[in-house]
Amino acid sequence: MAHTTAPPAFPMERDARCPFDPPSALLDLQQSAPITRVRIWNGSEPWLVTRHEDIRAVLSHPAISSDTDNPDFPHQSAAIQARRKRAKSFFTSDGPVEHDEPRRVLARDFTAKRMQALREHIQTITDKLLDDMLAGPKPVDLVEAFALPVPSLMICELLGVPYSAQDSFHSLTKAFVDRASTPEDTVAATDQLLELLSGLLDKKVTEPADDLLSRLAQEQLKPGIRSLDELAKMALLLLTAGHETSANMIALGTAALLTHPDQLEKVRSTDDPALIASTVEELLRYLTVVHSGLRRVAGEDIQIGGRLIRKGEGIICPIDTANWDASAFETDATLPADDLDVTRPARHHLAFGFGVHQCLGQQLARVELQVVFSTLFRRIPTLALAEPLGDIHFKHDMSIYGAHSLLVTW
Amino acid sequence: MKIHIDEAKCVGGGQCVVAAPEVFDQRDEDGVAFLLMENPGSELHASVQEAALLCPAVAIAVAER
Repeated sequence: MAHTTAPPAFPMERDARCPFDPPSALLDLQQSAPITRVRIWNGSEPWLVTRHEDIRAVLSHPAISSDTDNPDFPHQSAAIQARRKRAKSFFTSDGPVEHDEPRRVLARDFTAKRMQALREHIQTITDKLLDDMLAGPKPVDLVEAFALPVPSLMICELLGVPYSAQDSFHSLTKAFVDRASTPEDTVAATDQLLELLSGLLDKKVTEPADDLLSRLAQEQLKPGIRSLDELAKMALLLLTAGHETSANMIALGTAALLTHPDQLEKVRSTDDPALIASTVEELLRYLTVVHSGLRRVAGEDIQIGGRLIRKGEGIICPIDTANWDASAFETDATLPADDLDVTRPARHHLAFGFGVHQCLGQQLARVELQVVFSTLFRRIPTLALAEPLGDIHFKHDMSIYGAHSLLVTW
Repeated sequence: MKIHIDEAKCVGGGQCVVAAPEVFDQRDEDGVAFLLMENPGSELHASVQEAALLCPAVAIAVAER
């Protein structure tokens, strides 16, 4: 008897006993059906593409669209759809005028060499936070004491946002990533953040300082090249993208290294910048905190992995799964892709995405993570988890993965 | 080795500078990549190939000659 099977529901759950692994159902599909239909929250059935090579092909395809206003765009949830609509920026647009030009307005502030030049300052911030942590009681929540402040301080300084505004930024941006948020929650949080950033941009027209928002105010807002609304949305993107992801990488990376003692020993005992750099790339690959799948829609009929995807069909690219693809990362049999190995050549991971929308702040994230992981275990050689791995509250309920808190001692 | 950067495609991700800092840099005004040398020596060929592979915008073309 002929029958059709309904596509599996997406997203899939991680196994709570393996908190660093992508959902096993996704790894299975990568083997058995690397390009297949899934059903999402709104009943639509976009394509799910799970292999590294195919995701690279999708994300770098000239006919692929990131336009979140496209009615066929496979959004993560109603709440995220509402936020994307309210905060629509170049990041969720296509083409030379709507995407490429505004991106270039910001790209100069995040070049590889500018970010390298921040290394010493990031080191100072890192050392100070660890001094404070070591002077305080233990155990301590590493997320609050260290993982969140490092990237938050940096992005606030770069943008010129007062760090005193951090508490409201954190609680408002939490609404963005909480899978329990309603559309009303995310739109209200977006409105408040845009108002805050608009106020800052406005002020920096007359009172500029040496920061990114001042530059946008002077070069873009004052001469009327871009509107206050557009610039506030660009600033919002930088602010939210700039701390949530790196903070989660710091906490999750620490948990991963503390539970892989052989790898930890290599990191703790090295002063080789190349090994620290490869450690960071491997942690980005292995942990891939952006775990909800990058979303796209086909702007024309395209061929991916020998399959036809028609114009208007949605595509989901779970980069966490692609980053565990043995065909891309298992260069020899002693190095399985599902193991953490800090010496692995992993720079071709997709943790920052791929294609023209690849993370603008990736070189900042790299330097932050390199400083953090070269410092943390050297300064605190006895650092240890203060709770069993199974008791840690991992962010299964958030669109960016990580740990809600991470109790550590020394 | 002949390297070509498609400036119109470049999105300023800086991957090429990380992979081959001797060969690539980014313009101060917009982050667009440019070449520091036209004919890198053979000791740099592997890192130039990696830069081309890592470029998210597929804006770097490399031809051996």
